[in-house]
Amino acid sequence: MDILYSIFADPFVQMVSLPDFFIQVLWEGLVAGVLYSLIALGFVLIFKASGIFNFAQGIMVVFAALAMVGLWELGVPGWLALILALGIMYALAYGVERFVLRPLVGQEDIILFMSTIGLTFMLIGGGQWIFGGEPKTMITSELGLPTGDTVWEPFGGIVIFQHLDVAAIVIAGGMIAGLAFFFSYTKIGRALRAVADDHQAAVSVGIGLNQIWVVVWFAAGIVALVTGIMWGAKSDVSFALQIVALKALPVLVLGGFTSIPGAIVGGLIIGIGEKLFEIYWGGLIGGGTESWFAFIIALVFLLFRPQGLFGDKIIERV
Amino acid sequence: MFYREAGDFKTSYQKDMAAFPIRQDKIGIGIWLMLATVVGIFSAMNWGILGMEAGFAMKAIVLPTLIFTLTTLGLNILVGFAGQISLGTGAFMGVGAYACYKLTTWMPDVNIIFMFFASGLVAAIVGVFFGLPSLRIKGFYLVVATLGAQFFLEWAFGRIAWLYNYNDSGAIEVPTRTLFGVPITGASANVTLQYVVVLFILIFMTWIASNLVRGRIGRSWMMIRDHDIAGELIGVRPMQAKLSAFAVSSFYCGVSGALMVFVWLGAAEVESFDINHSFLYLFMVIIGGLGSITGSYMGAAFIWIFPIVLKEIGKAFGYGATLMENISLVAIGVMIVIILIKEPHGLARLWQIGKQKLRLWPFPH
Repeated sequence: MDILYSIFADPFVQMVSLPDFFIQVLWEGLVAGVLYSLIALGFVLIFKASGIFNFAQGIMVVFAALAMVGLWELGVPGWLALILALGIMYALAYGVERFVLRPLVGQEDIILFMSTIGLTFMLIGGGQWIFGGEPKTMITSELGLPTGDTVWEPFGGIVIFQHLDVAAIVIAGGMIAGLAFFFSYTKIGRALRAVADDHQAAVSVGIGLNQIWVVVWFAAGIVALVTGIMWGAKSDVSFALQIVALKALPVLVLGGFTSIPGAIVGGLIIGIGEKLFEIYWGGLIGGGTESWFAFIIALVFLLFRPQGLFGDKIIERV
Repeated sequence: MFYREAGDFKTSYQKDMAAFPIRQDKIGIGIWLMLATVVGIFSAMNWGILGMEAGFAMKAIVLPTLIFTLTTLGLNILVGFAGQISLGTGAFMGVGAYACYKLTTWMPDVNIIFMFFASGLVAAIVGVFFGLPSLRIKGFYLVVATLGAQFFLEWAFGRIAWLYNYNDSGAIEVPTRTLFGVPITGASANVTLQYVVVLFILIFMTWIASNLVRGRIGRSWMMIRDHDIAGELIGVRPMQAKLSAFAVSSFYCGVSGALMVFVWLGAAEVESFDINHSFLYLFMVIIGGLGSITGSYMGAAFIWIFPIVLKEIGKAFGYGATLMENISLVAIGVMIVIILIKEPHGLARLWQIGKQKLRLWPFPH
């Protein structure tokens, strides 16, 4: 009975009796969720446009942030380091298209997926080679990101909002809006959607697949850089982030591989869910549940709705 | 000239279906077995080779290569033959290792060889459990599911103290077990005996695997891999095929995990089973050749030995170990991409092409 009580009743009693703490947990989960959404967004961009499941998105986040901080450490001013890091991500996108994707056109999806695992290893090795393996501190103030916090006092308790987290949410929102605008109203955006819909039809009306892929990978690189900055500001820029970034995969499963709103909603659900579970239930089984909770949720979810919340219905033919 | 079937006649169907129908293949296998014996003799006599001490060469190169070959075989059954991608190999090896530890500390008198296989069975059961989602999902979705297995099991190894008998270090320390009165595990183990045991287990399980994939069950795996719906329509049961692939694969991984900790490492923590190892095993499969038993040998040997060679070369030129490690990461990544572009069937396919060339050499027309 004690066990049943501590699973089904006690956590809710705690939530009600300490509402300020509950709000704080929700807020932290929300912020983590936004970051998961951002990584998942990078995956979705590439998956939509080329059908490639880009395993390297996580390491791209680390690589972009490391490149920027590394440049800054060389004495480049913060804003210039940001621009140069964007340039590096463009070079990466171009190189990936030219040397990995173009020779692999028409191969099975699984081969392409494995090639991105190979790319992951190249970026891990290359990143450690160039920038060193030790964690670096993100140049928060040089980029003009706010520090400090606001304290809100509801129900006689306190809830702390880090300004950095607020900025992360605002920037993420802005970027998603920008991407939505880019996809809907620009010429390249329309071309991207055409490619996502049907490769061959897109090629036959004169859209160059190669350039489109460079653009998509560059867009994913920009998303990676922004994610890296935000995440690096919250903790450090280290290669451990790459493992955390894998959590974007359950986010994708939850939201559907082809849906941008799905990536966002999925990220928020996972972010908030894992924080709540860890705080209120994790203690029962030894804690540290954040490493797997997202995956198990996605697994259970998959059994009931394999295409995700917003994904296209999976139709198979012989 | 050196490798051709001409004149190698068969007089019964049974001979035609033999595992090695061509005489040269039998000779080749014989040469490999002789080489393996020579390695054993070198180890027993403690003769060094290429400037390496015998004990070092066994511990750093031979034993891990053999053990990882077993892992690669197991993963190849799942990925190469049944077409189900798994990134949870490291964790399944961990299941084998922890199971073996629990079993042998629970029943110290039972022969350790038996325990290796028993822990493989435990891993198989866990593998089937985590393979259940494959009945509903496939492809990338399954990757996510196996990643779930990886992270959950990793967490369990670290947090559930019962698994490592509540000791303070949180690691499993291998107790000494003997075979024919000679210690085979633990600090005072005899390397040559370890080598012989691992070699025999590997040969035995290779033999089983090569017959499995030739038989009904192997053909049903390949049917599921090539087209699951078409396979279902002509009467392959997806559930049996997929779950049996998960079971057999996890069994192999479990045995190799137990061997890895008990014979090679001597002690293990959670880090020995983390996701980077899972990637490494997947690379062994890709580089060796998807769906090839010979390829499993080549891939495991290549991925394990290549960084060691690179590190030694770096040492000769005075570069640091970290630098060479990073270079070998990049090199392996580049090689994966090149192999996928040039020869998606890996080293095994190159070996076949080589045999084809030998068939005609030195008169190519």
